[in-house]
Amino acid sequence: MPPEKLEKLEKLDLLQGTLDLMVLQTLAVMGSLHGYGIARRIEEVSGDEVLLNQGTIYASLVRLQQRGWISAEWGTSDNNRKAKYYAITKAGRRQWAKDTAYWNRLSTVIARVLATSTEGGL
Amino acid sequence: MAAIREIFHRIVSFFHKQQRDSDLEAELQSHLDLAIEENISHGMSPEQARRRALVRFGGIQQAREHQREARGLPWLDILLHDLRYTLRTLRRDSGFTTISILILALGIGANIIVFSVVDTILLRPLPFPEANRLVRIAPKVSKCGASCATYSTDAVQEFQRQNKSFSDFTGYDAFTAPGNWKLTGSGVPVPVSQIDVMDNFFHTLGVQPLMGRAVFTAEESKPNGPPVVVLSYPFWKRQMNADPNIIGKAISFGNTPTVVVGVLPNTFDFGAIYAPGTKMDVFTPYLYDQVREDGNMISLTGRLNPGVTLAQAQAEADLLFPTLDGSVKQGYKGGYTARLWDLKDFISGSLRRSLIVLWGAVGLILLIVCVNLSNLLLARAAARSKEFAMRSALGAARSRIVRQLLTESLVLSAAGAILGLALACAAVFYLAHQGSIALPLLSSIRIDKTALAWTIFIAVSAGLLFGIVPGLRIASGNLQDALKDSAVSTTGGRGTASLRATLVISQIALACVLLIAAGLLLRSFLRVLDVDLGFEPSRASAISLDFNARDAAQRAAGDREVLHRIQAIPGVQTAGITDSLPMSRNRSWGIAAKGKHYEPGELPGTFLYVVSPGYLNAIGMRLVKGRDITWEDNDPKQAVVIVNETVARYLWPNEDPIDRIAAIGPTDARVIGVIADVRETTAEARSGWQMYLSAAAPQFGPADSQVVIRSSLPAETLQPTVLAALRQLNPGQPAADLKPIQLLVDRSSSPRRFFVYLVAIFAALGLILAALGIYGVISYSVTQRTQEIGIRMALGATQRTVQLGILAQTLRMASLGIAVGAVASLAVSSLIASLLFGTAATDPATFAIIFMLLAAVALVAGYIPARRASRINPMVALRNN
Repeated sequence: MPPEKLEKLEKLDLLQGTLDLMVLQTLAVMGSLHGYGIARRIEEVSGDEVLLNQGTIYASLVRLQQRGWISAEWGTSDNNRKAKYYAITKAGRRQWAKDTAYWNRLSTVIARVLATSTEGGL
Repeated sequence: MAAIREIFHRIVSFFHKQQRDSDLEAELQSHLDLAIEENISHGMSPEQARRRALVRFGGIQQAREHQREARGLPWLDILLHDLRYTLRTLRRDSGFTTISILILALGIGANIIVFSVVDTILLRPLPFPEANRLVRIAPKVSKCGASCATYSTDAVQEFQRQNKSFSDFTGYDAFTAPGNWKLTGSGVPVPVSQIDVMDNFFHTLGVQPLMGRAVFTAEESKPNGPPVVVLSYPFWKRQMNADPNIIGKAISFGNTPTVVVGVLPNTFDFGAIYAPGTKMDVFTPYLYDQVREDGNMISLTGRLNPGVTLAQAQAEADLLFPTLDGSVKQGYKGGYTARLWDLKDFISGSLRRSLIVLWGAVGLILLIVCVNLSNLLLARAAARSKEFAMRSALGAARSRIVRQLLTESLVLSAAGAILGLALACAAVFYLAHQGSIALPLLSSIRIDKTALAWTIFIAVSAGLLFGIVPGLRIASGNLQDALKDSAVSTTGGRGTASLRATLVISQIALACVLLIAAGLLLRSFLRVLDVDLGFEPSRASAISLDFNARDAAQRAAGDREVLHRIQAIPGVQTAGITDSLPMSRNRSWGIAAKGKHYEPGELPGTFLYVVSPGYLNAIGMRLVKGRDITWEDNDPKQAVVIVNETVARYLWPNEDPIDRIAAIGPTDARVIGVIADVRETTAEARSGWQMYLSAAAPQFGPADSQVVIRSSLPAETLQPTVLAALRQLNPGQPAADLKPIQLLVDRSSSPRRFFVYLVAIFAALGLILAALGIYGVISYSVTQRTQEIGIRMALGATQRTVQLGILAQTLRMASLGIAVGAVASLAVSSLIASLLFGTAATDPATFAIIFMLLAAVALVAGYIPARRASRINPMVALRNN
């Protein structure tokens, strides 16, 4: 691939399952947050590189909740609005640790593989 | 853990859809509110803030759908949706729905019934613990009915002691007759069917008594031991009013008080296993010493030791049986052989082929039903092609449409299966409670879990089978063509038409195979009915006579009196007495020409009948030579005998047998007559050796007593008068039934009748379905070609040419179907050749008749639409579009 094309890379499509990990990470770091807050946080942290329709996190939230990794409760926001607040559970933290470790290993390996293939190509 | 939790929550969410949805709505609303608020705080106008929030959010509907998919059971949602839609469309098209469900119910119901029969008789193990260890023992060659299928008391006891293969070895007295005992003590005596069984009989089978015990003690098995009895469940229920304290009570049989020691469970039916078509009421101990010198008495069953194979046991039996004594006291060997059968094989082995043919026949029916349904669905689908094209244009995936169509066909087949199950339940209930079909184990037939599983399997495969063709056909249709097609010809085009024609042709072929099989079996059955039995069952009937004479002279006097009284009854033409009826119980002795030498084993056993004068005439047997027995044939020094033609031919070839002397065991008898051969066991078996002895003579004792009456009056009308006359002579006469002799003949042919009727019904069903198929296709093609026909008629075609054209089209389909069917029939008919009687598997008459029948039915089915076509008014047809 010519290097100039790399600059024009579009926003990243999320890999299957990565959104779940991002949500867990956000909640683990930030504590209790509502859906909008989580979405905003992910956008900010990723530096707007992730292509995220904010609506898609609700499927992720209900999935994590039904697996028992996060809990949800209706509450009131700072400026007095009703909102549903999510928090990570104990089981969720364990899963987060596991997924993070897995993701780190995977990305290291992928990076290494890509590096060798470039060298081999030269 | 998380996975189980998720499934649990998904199910909960599925059932709380509304609550979850409103929760989600509130959450989405709050999300947008928060976003708008933040955007405003960044200085946007409210309008702009709102638009920006919506853009960042993405599709709201999509978010909702994704959330629902993630939280609930999406496949179930789709299924329910499809089901609702299906029910709506089926209700709208109620004619189609009713016909389809009815056809399916008939097809599936027939399959459940036949499966239940096959399962009961062939597949299910016998209702005994470790039934695979049970073995039936019978002589290798049986030439003379029951006497040659049994063993002497001494032989059985010797084998019991010597064998190493069997853990238990037992038997029962094979020479019992229905209604041989009478229950006395309250009012008119009731006939009871009693049988002697060896002390360990029920123990060997593994039958546990419902109450008391089912084993007889050694004391009870002695000639003067205490009289005891074990009752069958139905007898206990019916005659003892299910008395829970019956054990230890004495009931009177023939005025002998007999103590009830046990009641058998409802699951045990002696007749169903050993004597199809009969019911045994009470069981008494086999009195070894009383019948020790009576020759072959016992019919054998054994239980193999664990780990012993049938072949090992057979090897041992081959060594031991020839050495067994006929009688130790009289000092002769029995000359026994034994073939060991798995009890189940012995009972149902001979029916295997018939049952498999029956199974195949209903399988064909189901195929025809499926083809018919496919055809109906195709016709319906053609009418709905626009609907599907529209859905496809709106974005429905092809798989989604096929899925919808399969849901429809599965719903139809499920409804058909439920109705079919109801039909089958009724039929199975009837089969379990009738007593006239002599098929083993039939009384235990029921629709059990296996049959239900089979029903589900059949319903699902039928649904898939008839749904898949139309489903794929529609889904592969060209969208554009369907949408722009003109209103009149909304067909699937040429492809669908030829597909439907192919379906009809295969239907005709399948029906042809069924009809030919049914035709051959029916013809065989007619041949069986046509057999010269050697006696005349019509207008003859028999009643069991209470029988307790001290000696021959008293017996003769009694018999004479009875016959005198009965012949005086108005409407009675003639009457006679015998000890056994044809096609009923039998026993045999030996007969030889005196003074001639025969090899051992050369002469077969000879059925013997001890009869009164006039019996031969009453039952309609034909004297070929000589004279009938008279009351004067009672000379203690000179016995007389009547033999059948087979005996006469063999013992006195090319001689006049009359006045020759025959040796019957140690007794000499003068031959006084020869009668035409009688089919003594079934109409299908060739006649064996038979002899008739005088009941008045002191040399021979009858085993029982049956009065045979020939009368123009039906048996039911005659019954009360006859019974009153008998009871007047002998108050101990039980209230027995006067039964038409025809019943005996019918029972002996009842398995064949059963199979023929079922196959014929299936074939008729197949024919009707094929006719419906032809009618449907031709009628549809006429509707489709209305315009074309109109044009032709406008151009001068006559009604006649139009009709002929359509009939020719029908005949083309029919003859193709018949040709395919004929080839398949030839293959099938060789499979059923062994079930045929007096009919060749390639019987040209049957084939020809069936071909003509099919062609005629096809023509009628085609004629109705052809007539309609010829009435088309060209003006109307052309204006139509």
